[in-house]
Amino acid sequence: MVELVSLFLNSVFAGNILLAYFLGMCSFVAISKNLNTAIGLGFAVVFVLTVTTPVNWLIFHYLLAPGALAWAGLEDMNLGFLRLIVFISVIAAMVQAIEMLIDRFSASLYSGLGIFLPLIAVNCAILGGSLFMVEREYTFIESVVFGFGAGVGWMLAIVAMAAARIKMRYADLPYGLDGFAITMIVTGLMAMGFMLFSGISL
Amino acid sequence: MKLTRTKTFKAFAAPAWSNNPINMQMLGICSALAVTIQLKTAFVMTLALIFVITGSSLIISLMRKIIPGNIRIIVELGVIASLVILTDEFLRAYYFEISRLLSVFVGLIITNCIILGRTEGFAMSNPPHLAVMDGLGNGAGYGSVLLSVAFLRELFGSGKVFGVDVIPASFYDAGYENMGFMLLAPAAFIIIGLMAWLQKYLTGVDGKDQ
Repeated sequence: MVELVSLFLNSVFAGNILLAYFLGMCSFVAISKNLNTAIGLGFAVVFVLTVTTPVNWLIFHYLLAPGALAWAGLEDMNLGFLRLIVFISVIAAMVQAIEMLIDRFSASLYSGLGIFLPLIAVNCAILGGSLFMVEREYTFIESVVFGFGAGVGWMLAIVAMAAARIKMRYADLPYGLDGFAITMIVTGLMAMGFMLFSGISL
Repeated sequence: MKLTRTKTFKAFAAPAWSNNPINMQMLGICSALAVTIQLKTAFVMTLALIFVITGSSLIISLMRKIIPGNIRIIVELGVIASLVILTDEFLRAYYFEISRLLSVFVGLIITNCIILGRTEGFAMSNPPHLAVMDGLGNGAGYGSVLLSVAFLRELFGSGKVFGVDVIPASFYDAGYENMGFMLLAPAAFIIIGLMAWLQKYLTGVDGKDQ
């Protein structure tokens, strides 16, 4: 249990998927202009990461990994090379399915999240979550915790950034530094702050 | 007509400098920064991206008249993903050490917004020779940013260029120290921010007008 809490804290802070591994930067820069949209997209990312990482774990360990097809009598089969194309299809399909489910059962959530869900399919943080899960050899439970933690970390970063950019509107910046350049520099400072959490151990 | 005036040259030059995908259009930063601790990994990543973007632009441009409009994104992703898998397997087979250093970031080329953006925005509506030049130009623009960031980080972070020590030993004797901060994630953000500032200052206009 302690390891799981530690894994969660690590994926939110010191190993933040955005600030330490640079994943999901495109939508981070584009969406952090507006606080409410940032919160909406943040929740959508948490949701999709928590669902797709474990689903991809199951698919990888029961269909793709070397020897994973032993239950079907195919011990020598290694479909590992297919994982990129399978993961991206699973993510796209899950996003579509989640969108339909939300549309059916919660109209208010759909109107809040709806427009962000399609964007998420091409967010590198989602595919990155699945690929890290394979590379770091997480167990199933760990993959759930990691997916959730990575999503929360991403959301924390984008919401903090959106809040900082509201204040920056009143800053009188020199020509050329406004917009993208200052966003990256502020992100760098934020990343420094998050790195300080790496001292935490449970 | 001078070479620099032709449409083909412009398709290459605009994305390489004035409409740079990273600094001006803010695309593809996801994978750009994580591999910039060393020049070697950044260089391999650049080659991989140039291969994928040029290949997918060419293939999509050749097929543009037969792809049905409403499933084009899936077709584009399929082409891109196949090329990325080829690259990944090639690196694993022949340059295992580098592929281990690049870890998941070769795979993440699939979700690199530059590539989907160029196939969707340019290759779908332009003939193959322009699409290839556009792909090469975007690859070069991406690579130039990647290599500059990697050069600065490797030089100041570990005193090396392409793994060769360039800071003379006498500097270290005189009290010079490598800047460990350059090897950490925040340094990459700050360097790219400063570079975007410099480029926007030099080009003088919002890149999209050119």
